[in-house]
Amino acid sequence: MAEARQIVFADAAERDLTKLAEYEAVGGYAMLEKARAMTPQAVIEEVVASELRGRGGAFFPTGRKWSFVPKPEQNPNPHYLLVNADESEPGSFKDNEIMARVPHRLIEGCLITAHAVESTHVFIYIRGEYTGPYRVLVAALEELHERPDLRGDVTIVLHRGAGAYICGEETALLESLEGKRGQPRTKPPFPAIAGLYASPTVVNNVETIATVPQVLAMGGAEYAKLGVPDSRGTRVVSISGHVARPGNYEIENGVSLRSLIDDLGGGVPDGHALKAVIPGGSSTVILRADEIDVGYDFNSLLKLNTAMGSAGVVAIDERCCMVQLGIRVSEFYEHESCGKCTPCREGTRWTTAILRRLEGGTATQGDLDLLLDVCDRINGKCLCPLGETAAIAIASYVDKFPGEFQAHIDEGGCPFGDSSPLHDVLAPVAQHAHHPSATVPA
Amino acid sequence: MNAYYDEVQELKAQYPDWRSAALPALRLAQERHGYLSADALRECADALGTTPAFCEAVASFYDMFHLRPVGRRLVEVCTNVSCALAGAQQVLEALEHELGVAAGGTTDDGEITLRTVECLGGCGWATIVALDHTYRTHVGPDDVPAIVEEIRGG
Repeated sequence: MAEARQIVFADAAERDLTKLAEYEAVGGYAMLEKARAMTPQAVIEEVVASELRGRGGAFFPTGRKWSFVPKPEQNPNPHYLLVNADESEPGSFKDNEIMARVPHRLIEGCLITAHAVESTHVFIYIRGEYTGPYRVLVAALEELHERPDLRGDVTIVLHRGAGAYICGEETALLESLEGKRGQPRTKPPFPAIAGLYASPTVVNNVETIATVPQVLAMGGAEYAKLGVPDSRGTRVVSISGHVARPGNYEIENGVSLRSLIDDLGGGVPDGHALKAVIPGGSSTVILRADEIDVGYDFNSLLKLNTAMGSAGVVAIDERCCMVQLGIRVSEFYEHESCGKCTPCREGTRWTTAILRRLEGGTATQGDLDLLLDVCDRINGKCLCPLGETAAIAIASYVDKFPGEFQAHIDEGGCPFGDSSPLHDVLAPVAQHAHHPSATVPA
Repeated sequence: MNAYYDEVQELKAQYPDWRSAALPALRLAQERHGYLSADALRECADALGTTPAFCEAVASFYDMFHLRPVGRRLVEVCTNVSCALAGAQQVLEALEHELGVAAGGTTDDGEITLRTVECLGGCGWATIVALDHTYRTHVGPDDVPAIVEEIRGG
């Protein structure tokens, strides 16, 4: 299987599209001109017709989100566009490459979207660790600065995060951009009504915005011919873990998950066998190797109770212990829980502790029930999905590999031990215990 | 007033509300002081027009802000799932051995801090080691001696 027709990465293999001149040579910024000749409403209708849905993970219809923004006469506050470039989902690294390779496509998308939602203020919130893509965007924005014909009256501010997974959640992102601790807000009101500084704000993922110029170039109806029902167009999928050729691949929605692993990813290397696949970043329900003959699209994965999420596909081979995977994933969410909601803050500590008892061989039969009970007590009881996705993912490891969890109890410890690559991996949340004198001498 | 104060005023002007400049102002303060000491937080608060307590409350939420002294050089190893599958733990142990410090700590000369971090968004190029936030990709344990020599030299 080859990659699909390239939309987000169109022409990027042949040319250095980080340069404005190169981007313009392949028709770059022509769609901005086209959009500005249209009414904002007409641009929104084109995006609605494309059936484009958010690429950050929630998969909300993009055009519909834009249509929720009140007209300036309905709400005189400034309107804002906030691009979510805080990519932090374990398994996802697509926005990293999109920003690094097609920064002007993202910027053109920003300017088109700003026109559609009648905004002159754009913020791109990029995670603080992404120094490489940050430098590329700074250079691209400097080029734009010299071109008043393109930027018009729109200002684009590149805002750097400072290390917090939760800031990828849109209301935490807003809090963080307002200079506060990144703790999610209660919804409603939704950002489209009361977002940044309580003003109407559209929050979209990098890939979504970078797709917008191409939607206008093809026409919404034409874009909607790609993919499968409810999952139109292409998707940049990040493939990692135990595959021969990890990387980002732009695919048409609906191709089989197995072909992503076997064909694009080159299969599991070193003669090992595939055991499991995380289909959409660590927040999604895991699939066993025998479940991956499924279309990589919203509806097909929903039938298996899982999701494309942020399209981070992680292949895991037979050497890996699922309890160890649970520990590592649980520790991540424990570390990244913002602490606002008790079920998430306390629950993720409990899931880690119980999984450690299983791994260490001190767990009782009741601990397995307790683990699932704690997961159940997190689900649906928090302001944002962080704790919930942790609970769903961890519970899915038990659900898909019950024998392995039972074996940890029956055998009084881990059947895999240090032969599993996930054995005894030091997570940041465990680091202080690892290094008791971590307070450095002044 | 000093150059830092002026830079923060420029940052504030980019935003509809001064508060949005908090993260960039903290970042700048940390670059000047090495970490967010009491003095750094006070300087940041003065420039923003707020209190050191506000600055500390914000800073303590984010992993990239250091409220305690750290080494001049920062070595961070991603140990999240994809990097762990590629052998991040072995890379970390090689770094601990070569630097002579456990993860979470700083070398005795105060020069280099080693720590593990959560997913850096480079899963396809595992293992990721960030040297002062510049990513090294496909790092294996065998690459560690050369990396350490480079840091010690630079």
